[in-house]
Amino acid sequence: MSQLVRRSYALAGLPNFQPKGLPVSRLRILALLPLAVALSGCNFIVLAPAGDIAAQQRDLVIISTVLMLLIVVPVMALTVLFAWRYRQSNKSARYEPEWDHSTKLELVIWSAPLLIIICLGALTWMGTHLLDPYRSLDRIAANQRVDEATVPLEVDVVALDWKWLFIYRDYGIATVNELAAPVDRPIDFRITASTVMNSFYIPALAGQIYAMPGMETKLHAVVNHPGTYKGFSANYSGAGFSGMHFAFHGLDDKGFGEWIAKAKATGGSLGRSEYLQLEKPSQNEPVRRYASVDADLYRLILNMCVEPGKMCMSEMMAIDAKGGAGHEGLNNTLPLTYDKYARRGTALGPEPSFVASTCTPDAPQGQTSAAVKAPADTTPLLGAGLKRPTFTPLKSTSFFLGQRPKSDS
Amino acid sequence: MSTNPDLIKLVFGRLSLESLPLHEPIVVGTFGVVALGGLTLLAGLTYFRLWGYLWREWFTTVDHKRIGIMYMILGIVMLLRGFADALMMRLQQAIAFGGSDGYLNAHHYDQVFTAHGVIMIFFVAMPFVTGLMNYVVPLQIGARDVSFPFLNNFSFWMTVGGAVLVMMSLFIGEFARTGWLAYPPLSNIGYSPDVGVDYYIWALQVAGVGTTLSGINLICTIVKLRAPGMGMMKMPVFTWTSLCTNVLIVASFPVLTVVLALLSLDRYVGTNFFTSDFGGSPMMYVNLIWIWGHPEVYILVLPAFGIFSEVTSTFSGKRLFGYTSMVYATVVITILSYLVWLHHFFTMGSGASVNSFFGITTMIISIPTGAKMFNWLFTMYRGRIRFELPMMWTIAFMLTFVIGGMTGVLLAVPPADFVLHNSLFLIAHFHNVIIGGVVFGVFAGIGYWFPKAFGFKLDPFWGKLSFWFWVTGFYLAFMPLYVLGLMGVTRRLRVFDDPSLQIWFVIAAIGAGLVFLGILCMLMQFAVSILRREALKDVTGDPWDARTLEWATSSPPPDYNFAFTPVVHDNDAWWDMKRRGYKRPLAGFKPIHMPSNTGTGIILAGLSTAMAFGLIWYIWWLAAVSFIALLVVAIGHTFNYHRDFDIPADEVVRTEEARTQLLAGAK
Repeated sequence: MSQLVRRSYALAGLPNFQPKGLPVSRLRILALLPLAVALSGCNFIVLAPAGDIAAQQRDLVIISTVLMLLIVVPVMALTVLFAWRYRQSNKSARYEPEWDHSTKLELVIWSAPLLIIICLGALTWMGTHLLDPYRSLDRIAANQRVDEATVPLEVDVVALDWKWLFIYRDYGIATVNELAAPVDRPIDFRITASTVMNSFYIPALAGQIYAMPGMETKLHAVVNHPGTYKGFSANYSGAGFSGMHFAFHGLDDKGFGEWIAKAKATGGSLGRSEYLQLEKPSQNEPVRRYASVDADLYRLILNMCVEPGKMCMSEMMAIDAKGGAGHEGLNNTLPLTYDKYARRGTALGPEPSFVASTCTPDAPQGQTSAAVKAPADTTPLLGAGLKRPTFTPLKSTSFFLGQRPKSDS
Repeated sequence: MSTNPDLIKLVFGRLSLESLPLHEPIVVGTFGVVALGGLTLLAGLTYFRLWGYLWREWFTTVDHKRIGIMYMILGIVMLLRGFADALMMRLQQAIAFGGSDGYLNAHHYDQVFTAHGVIMIFFVAMPFVTGLMNYVVPLQIGARDVSFPFLNNFSFWMTVGGAVLVMMSLFIGEFARTGWLAYPPLSNIGYSPDVGVDYYIWALQVAGVGTTLSGINLICTIVKLRAPGMGMMKMPVFTWTSLCTNVLIVASFPVLTVVLALLSLDRYVGTNFFTSDFGGSPMMYVNLIWIWGHPEVYILVLPAFGIFSEVTSTFSGKRLFGYTSMVYATVVITILSYLVWLHHFFTMGSGASVNSFFGITTMIISIPTGAKMFNWLFTMYRGRIRFELPMMWTIAFMLTFVIGGMTGVLLAVPPADFVLHNSLFLIAHFHNVIIGGVVFGVFAGIGYWFPKAFGFKLDPFWGKLSFWFWVTGFYLAFMPLYVLGLMGVTRRLRVFDDPSLQIWFVIAAIGAGLVFLGILCMLMQFAVSILRREALKDVTGDPWDARTLEWATSSPPPDYNFAFTPVVHDNDAWWDMKRRGYKRPLAGFKPIHMPSNTGTGIILAGLSTAMAFGLIWYIWWLAAVSFIALLVVAIGHTFNYHRDFDIPADEVVRTEEARTQLLAGAK
């Protein structure tokens, strides 16, 4: 079925599509002309995707629609029919003003939708589990199982303000706003974000999944047809959102090798400090390539501790899981001098602070303050891409909730 | 003195001349027009010495009918603002192609789409629905007013306070640029450091107080004030849907209040409920806001379902088919609406079992909804359908809503949602159900009950013109969005690269233009109807040969609604009374006990708005002073012992005598 649908939409997408041989009058063809013109340039990517996961999702869209049309079409037809037949001027139609109940009819009108929902519910349960984005692939096409020997391509995705960073762990390269994958090789995405929520979506490849700061989501997919497709953020994330898209290339193995080599050849490396520069909000970013990438970078981004001296979320959670650090934990904070605007505090809140890392390579004995160096550029990151607000939050509000300024500790 | 920055900050908080959007020519132009219109209005009111009349008869009124009418006026005014936003968006998206940046920058465009959503839901749909319930429910159950008339007045003015804050944000400062649900971290202080989100929070908090209190009020009214004989299963369907809606309001709005309060704590005192680190979780916000947000959808649509039930049975001249199953369907929808919130974020990474659970509960809602649809169908079956305007809206609803329902169930299939979530398909879907369901329902309700409220019908010519502009405009505006969604176009984009998409956006913009004509025709309809009111006059109080109690009294009803409380024997109480040859009582009138008007509601709401303004701009003294004043006025009001009066018997006699004359003249 999927092939059939694919072909039929491909047909509608052909520019030289002509309703030749159809028994319609010339006038009707003229009436259809605008529609044909409009459709000819269209690319119904959701209905004709290039990846197996998206194709299965498309199949579900179509099957569900057909199932529901079974009841929607009769309802619409009956509405028109009854409205016409029982119009006031039609005196020949029966009029029974007191007729308001029929057990048989009631049974039908409750059970007909129920039956359809039972079918659809079963389909949903199955489809949702089979197409769970966290589930690794068992097939790469309708009749082609995953070869056990194939190693999936692992890509770490980071949604930044407002561009996408892709880290190829196995190849040691990274790119901005360009993604490529070999055809028919399963791809495992690990997805996170630097500041706000985004949604990682390549319609041709697979459904979307949110990218959230401090959290990781996963997506498994495969691309079956070579080509260049669009990827973008599908969740509004601020001023530069419109420009937050990238090209996704489905390449054959050779092409993919060349693509990797190109990244290797361009040079440049992506370490922690380069990342902190890259992370700053910018719009409509061109493609960038990095020949080498800090192997630990993705973990640090995910745990929100790329900045040196900041405790990673994973560490914090590990400490908390063991009962926390007690009162010492409260004191293990440092005044914030360099972080994003986000951490610069609120009007009535305590001094902005962050949880200091207890053990970093720079400060092995927990001498945290030594490791924290303010960078030369103290311009705050303005997440929403705004001019700097004229108001500076109050700094001496120790009265609130009895909290003392953290810098005293 | 003016050079001391600390003093200026103390007095004005973060408000400064820079806060005025003088650099946005569109906003300045709008301000000019609004200011001119506002000044003309104020001058007119002063010239004709209407202030005293407005204050005594309207602003301080506790009469549910007048409050209902004021809610409708608020809805219409805010509809114009919300629709202006829609036109701006459609225009921007229609021209921002091929390297063009359109005419709106991101700062402005992002405010526009946020404001559009917030205004249309909170300050258009909610006032419309609340207004109709306020006007109709007490009349339908044979009551003289709601249970707490003062609270009703206070609720209305709180809603106005919220609307005023949103309008203020257009000219002083800015509105949120976060989308209408203001998801953190984007809405947190770090990424939205300006006043926009604060305007959002406080507008909704102030209006939310009003909505919650009006919900409590109407529940109490329906439960306690029904006419003798009107058991629960003899209540008109609109009253039933109103009851369910208000139960939903009372159960869900506190969640909104809490989630916004937590967000304001994050923004004002640096807590970490919804931050990404320090143990906070933005996912918590998304869950909480949709636990309010999904019931909200049913809060809007259930009363519309009630209106369609009344209209279908009246204009088909026939009893409503399947009253009992209609009631149970409504109750089932009410309960299920709390079990589906997660379908708004299948893509947030829940497991397959969680996703399919919420997907399936969502689909189950379509069963009672489908049953309702069939009930309306079989009400028309073997009826005598009069195609007056309310019935036309109903047919348009039935044809449109099934499409929206179908795409809704489609989006409830999680794997399908993964490819359509946040796309224009989703936008088309929810406009399909909200316009096709709620808006058409409200228009049917306005057309249906207008003669009850004012004593004359609405002009059918302009009404029909408006109907056709609205319906064709709706299809032209939103069907292309379904198409674009299937082409993988996501929502809230400001500029586009792919030129092949432009044609669809242009069609959608033309559709929005037609809807605009529909709105103009509707305003024209009101104007023409007022001018032709003698020709359109109805003296019977029952112009549609209708079935429920509100048609038993005169149009417009007297202050006390019913001189004698009617006794109910049947679902269609008035139909039953007519059939049994009911005779209006002409003697034996007694004084009628009524509540007195009070200005406390508008004063409290004004103080709340001032407090919110102070909190938005960090003008702490203003917030503190208005909060204290709020307490003083509220406590002071408890010492007001002039809360009620009696309409003397001879005045009731005069009023009823006048109606007798009218009825005699009509024969």
